[in-house]
Amino acid sequence: MISALWTMIGLAALLGLALGYAAIRFRVEGNPLAEKIDAVLPQTQCGQCGYPGCKPYAEAIAKGEADINLCPPGGEEGIHKLADLLGVEFKPFGENAQPKPKAVAFIDEQTCIGCTLCIQACPVDAIVGAAKQMHTIIASECTGCELCVAPCPVDCISMQPIEEKVSNWKWKYPVYALRQVA
Amino acid sequence: MSPLFSFHGGIHPPAHKDESTQSPIVPAPLPAKLVIPFRQHAGEMAKPVVQAGERVLKGQLIGEPVGAVSSAVHAPTSGTITAIDLQRIAHPSALPDLCATLVPDGRDEWTERTPLNYRQLSADQLQQHLRRCGVVGLGGATFPSDLKLRHARPVDTLILNGAECEPYITCDDMLMRERADAIVRGAEILRYALATDTVLIGIEDNKPQAITAMQRAVDESGHPFKVVVVPTIYPGGSAKHLIKVLTGLEVPSGKLPTDIGVQCYNVATAYAVQRAVEHGEPLIGRVVTVTGNVEQPRNYEALLGTPFSELVALSIVRRDTNRYIMGGPMMGVELPAVDVPLVKASNCVIAASDALFPLPPPPMPCIRCTRCAQACPVELQPQDLYWFAQSHNFGKAQEYDLFDCIECGACAYVCPSSIPLVQYYRYAKSEIRARDQEKRAADLARTRHEYRQFRLEREKQEKAERLAQKERAAAAAKAAAVPATPVDPSADANDTQQLRINEALARAKAQAAAAAPKNTGNLTPQQQAEIEAIEARRAHIRELAADAGADDEPPKTSRGN
Repeated sequence: MISALWTMIGLAALLGLALGYAAIRFRVEGNPLAEKIDAVLPQTQCGQCGYPGCKPYAEAIAKGEADINLCPPGGEEGIHKLADLLGVEFKPFGENAQPKPKAVAFIDEQTCIGCTLCIQACPVDAIVGAAKQMHTIIASECTGCELCVAPCPVDCISMQPIEEKVSNWKWKYPVYALRQVA
Repeated sequence: MSPLFSFHGGIHPPAHKDESTQSPIVPAPLPAKLVIPFRQHAGEMAKPVVQAGERVLKGQLIGEPVGAVSSAVHAPTSGTITAIDLQRIAHPSALPDLCATLVPDGRDEWTERTPLNYRQLSADQLQQHLRRCGVVGLGGATFPSDLKLRHARPVDTLILNGAECEPYITCDDMLMRERADAIVRGAEILRYALATDTVLIGIEDNKPQAITAMQRAVDESGHPFKVVVVPTIYPGGSAKHLIKVLTGLEVPSGKLPTDIGVQCYNVATAYAVQRAVEHGEPLIGRVVTVTGNVEQPRNYEALLGTPFSELVALSIVRRDTNRYIMGGPMMGVELPAVDVPLVKASNCVIAASDALFPLPPPPMPCIRCTRCAQACPVELQPQDLYWFAQSHNFGKAQEYDLFDCIECGACAYVCPSSIPLVQYYRYAKSEIRARDQEKRAADLARTRHEYRQFRLEREKQEKAERLAQKERAAAAAKAAAVPATPVDPSADANDTQQLRINEALARAKAQAAAAAPKNTGNLTPQQQAEIEAIEARRAHIRELAADAGADDEPPKTSRGN
């Protein structure tokens, strides 16, 4: 009787130690699910979801606080990917969160007064300039988040849709007209 | 004679090659206007180095290569550049691209050409020369030829591709018939640059005259090259398939031929290499087949930038022609308009009519008959790829090796349901490429955003530290200044600090007195009077100040009080 008790207590202590060691040794920093969600998000850092960047939104989704249909730059495909990842149903975009065609910001350099407000707003440091110097957008780094548009006091920033060029042209999905037979 | 090998699949479409091989290559007349696109090769677009209004000579560089994968563009004749702008080009998108418009002056005046002796050049110098001369693969892929000379491991076999497997196209056939010597010399230059032992020239057995001409040229040159006759099958002219047929080696998925010790060049590219090295002539023209629904199908040697409309007009287009195809009927692209210019990739232009190329019947559902899989020369499962592409399941399509597809069209050719399979594969490929690019952009944005967060945090910390330091310094100074306050500053004139301050004040006063006012010449009497009035007021104020504060003359003693 006593020996059985001791065996059980010994086993419990041993397993407890092993688990305790494993909890420290194999500790995972941060939330791995949030990382996975963040990898799916388009990283525009635009805040249209209501969170200050893609990472906070990913964390909110991981905690179950946010819906998966709040990211217009990711498009419907982004919602599908999130739905697949999280094993939930697809949810269409709401009324006021519709995806727009991709665009990059453009500064009208004639009008720019060099106030640096847009530089402070840009989440990816894609604007070059200094106080009282003309600013300009590094188009290849711009995510099209539109965060620089509102702070501009002289309204010199516009969003220019990315044009289709030979270099970024894509083959289209084959479509063929139906022909009437008799 | 070493044995030949074969590859899986392939088809035997009607060749239609005899029509355009009845007459020799005809030089095309100089057109009234040339339009030269700056993107005529795989990779980065060339950067224009001329301006509108500039006069250029034949062979003068007008676009220089940018980046690793790029090539140069030259003026095909002498004349004036009238514009550098967006123009329609031979591209399936029908979108405009950057082009130079050249109006020839008719003199065809060459720029300076420097013929080189390839034996005195290193492989590296030859690469540089080919890049400068804008030599690219003329089989249709237009990959810069200089890059194909680079190889990580030794290359022991050079293959010259004269298979020309696609129906209707005969430009390589005619070039081999008429300019075999130059092709063999070009092959020798490439062999030298690659330092290979074996050179195999693969020609399909439906070109007996080209085979004879090449064999004679090889015999006369004395080089130990081998002309190998390969069976006619489509797509036997694809580089990877010709390598398989001639050597039995298969280029692994995602690898280059040089990884298995083989390199392959088109015969027309070898010819361009010979012109570039032994004559110093950049690539400014090519042989192009004009065939299909025309009265006189034949090959023309035309300058790059010649509008296709002028070329087809030379062969007299039949009236029911309603569209034009650049390249062959299997892999070619429909031209957005017939006035687009000839480019380095244009091996053939086919005038097409509904009678010659009847529109395919409407596609029917896939019945999974797997005839496409039997025809596929890359041993893919086209029916599965189609299924994944049409349902936008790109991950799965990639798993089934979509990117090994060479878009030869053999699957679509045999499909009993006439499904445009290649269009689906092209769609899936370009979607996957676009997504990869988006993913890269997102990763870049994430890194930049994270770095920015880090930087803001760091700046905040630094600012807080600076403030704390300032506060500490202020507190220390206050503590140090407490005993100094009760001492009368004027009594302490011996103090060195006070002395220094007095000296500095004296210096400043002397400087102010010595400084002559500027802009005082050419003054009207009225201005002079105003200035004098101001000076008088100033003097008065100074006197007042001196009277009021005579005893505290040194205005500041120490910052502490």
